[in-house]
Amino acid sequence: MRDNGTEQGVGMPDLPRASQPARGPGAARVLWTAAFLALMVSFTFFASSYHLFQLTMLVVYAVAVLGMTILTGYNGQISLGHGAFFAIGSYTTAILMANYDWPYWATLPVAAVASALIGFLVGFPALRLGGLYLALTTFALAVAIPQILKVNALSDYTGGVQGLTMDKAEAPFHLPLSGDQWIYLFTLAVGCLVFLVAWNLTRGRTGRSMKAVREHPVAAEAMGISLAALKTRTFAVSAMFTGIAGALSSIAVQFVAPDSFNFFLSITLFVGLVVGGVDSIPGALFGGAFIEFIPNIANDISKAAPGAIYGAILIACMFLMPRGVGGAIGALLRRRAARAASGAKLARAPAAQ
Amino acid sequence: MNGLLHQIASGVASGAIYASVALALVMIYQATHHVNFAQGEMATLSSYVALTLIHVGIPYWVAFALAVALSFVLGVMVERVLMRPVMNAPVLTSVGVFIGLLLVINALDGWIFGYTIKAFPSPFHSAHPLAGGLVSPHELGETGLTLVVLTLVWVFFRFTPLGLAMRAAAYNPSSARLCGVRVNRMLGLGWGLAAAIGAAAGIMVAPVVFLDPNMMSGILLYAFAGALLGGIDNALGAVVGGFTVGVLENLFGAYVVGTELKLTVALIIIVAVLLAKPAGLFGRAVQSRV
Repeated sequence: MRDNGTEQGVGMPDLPRASQPARGPGAARVLWTAAFLALMVSFTFFASSYHLFQLTMLVVYAVAVLGMTILTGYNGQISLGHGAFFAIGSYTTAILMANYDWPYWATLPVAAVASALIGFLVGFPALRLGGLYLALTTFALAVAIPQILKVNALSDYTGGVQGLTMDKAEAPFHLPLSGDQWIYLFTLAVGCLVFLVAWNLTRGRTGRSMKAVREHPVAAEAMGISLAALKTRTFAVSAMFTGIAGALSSIAVQFVAPDSFNFFLSITLFVGLVVGGVDSIPGALFGGAFIEFIPNIANDISKAAPGAIYGAILIACMFLMPRGVGGAIGALLRRRAARAASGAKLARAPAAQ
Repeated sequence: MNGLLHQIASGVASGAIYASVALALVMIYQATHHVNFAQGEMATLSSYVALTLIHVGIPYWVAFALAVALSFVLGVMVERVLMRPVMNAPVLTSVGVFIGLLLVINALDGWIFGYTIKAFPSPFHSAHPLAGGLVSPHELGETGLTLVVLTLVWVFFRFTPLGLAMRAAAYNPSSARLCGVRVNRMLGLGWGLAAAIGAAAGIMVAPVVFLDPNMMSGILLYAFAGALLGGIDNALGAVVGGFTVGVLENLFGAYVVGTELKLTVALIIIVAVLLAKPAGLFGRAVQSRV
């Protein structure tokens, strides 16, 4: 493989620079990310609390979609049940906060571990088999989860059908911030951390193995990657990210109930994934924005409109834009870079002659 | 003892529904290697159509036949318009299209027919209790009708030239094409048949679970469990699996986990099958060529 790479490099001197993956983040990318973050942070100080709540949920859904990006985009596995992990994260935080008076921030690690563990247990049997089996198993999990949350035997912890209500988080150290502002900043910080982890995970050795398994499982196995182990771990990490999103959402909403975690939550996350772009980490942000804002707009039309619009957009994406907004923007940037490179080459060419 | 028999009888009745939907799923899986996540919603739509026709004043069985025929057309159209372009696309694409279809039909149901839960008439009545009150007339009629449908499907595939051509198209498309079978047309026909079987099941189950846009989501889940239990590439397995899941669901619901966790039974069956015998009871083990 490596020989092949150098050979290509010798044969076509202009190619490697464009096709080689960047070693670190390019200066432009760092700049754009910093500008975006600065914009997001600045919202804290001039957005109304309603808009702050919407932005908080945007970040929450982006983190949830990011979990699915890792799974579907990088590892090629399809989950229709990530709403269940969102629910597990939410409920872990809610139970610890409402029943045991834990501070909200301390519940996050527990929620992360709980959802990763359940992800591992659910993923294990299905992942030995092909892609559709996981889709079916997770579909079953998504349909069954509200019933499990409602069950009487657990209602001392989960609050049964009524659900649980938590106290609102407040800004620490007497910071001059309202609760909404603080929750938004907290969610944003955790979101950044998760995105950073995801970005690091996908560009290293693990990321390459994940992609190898996606592209050609048999070849990946021949190269010494243990398919079952890698797929199960990827699934657990993915469930963990979505579980963290769930925990953040229950901190922001201060309320959980079984029926908020029905099958349509899983489908919504799936639609967000496809629209944002399955294999694009920044695309998860578009997915989050889509999930948060489209139903608000669509609900003004009619109660049935969000479902119809989701469905129509999903089908349209599959036919017209299979790599979503993130993929389309990525392709656009690459085309521009290629044009710039070829332009530079043309400019150089007469000088060489 | 009577209680147990009663549970088994109503398990068989709901098993008949699961068997039909599982058969519809397996028919499409055999032909295209896709799992139709929108199968349930298509059946719900047909049930709404049937109810509307009945309310207009059309006799029950005429409405039944019209709704089933309409689903056949709908199935053929879905294959033509949505599925053919993505036939050879990755799994994610087909799952995406099916989920999109599920959302659109679900929203259409709610938009056209409303979200309120509706009662649905049953064509089966009896003046006196059947088998000492063990089964309700609807349960008996529903099971009988499903068995008739399943027998018809079997006769069709086993004894008619068209059925043979459809099996050939599903089993080996390129060889079938060389023998003069119009494979694409067979696929469309298969989709139509699957949609029609699903529609019949939907109309039969609607009096039991009542009609609302999300009526079939639980039933689809049991059908998945039944199809996996029987082996997802085996039609007979799907039928046996469907009936087994129906009986298991009722027995577990009555004696082990309680009715509030019935859907979890399906999840447990799916996970158990995948752990113990992934190919299902009747299916062939999956092999991949390197």
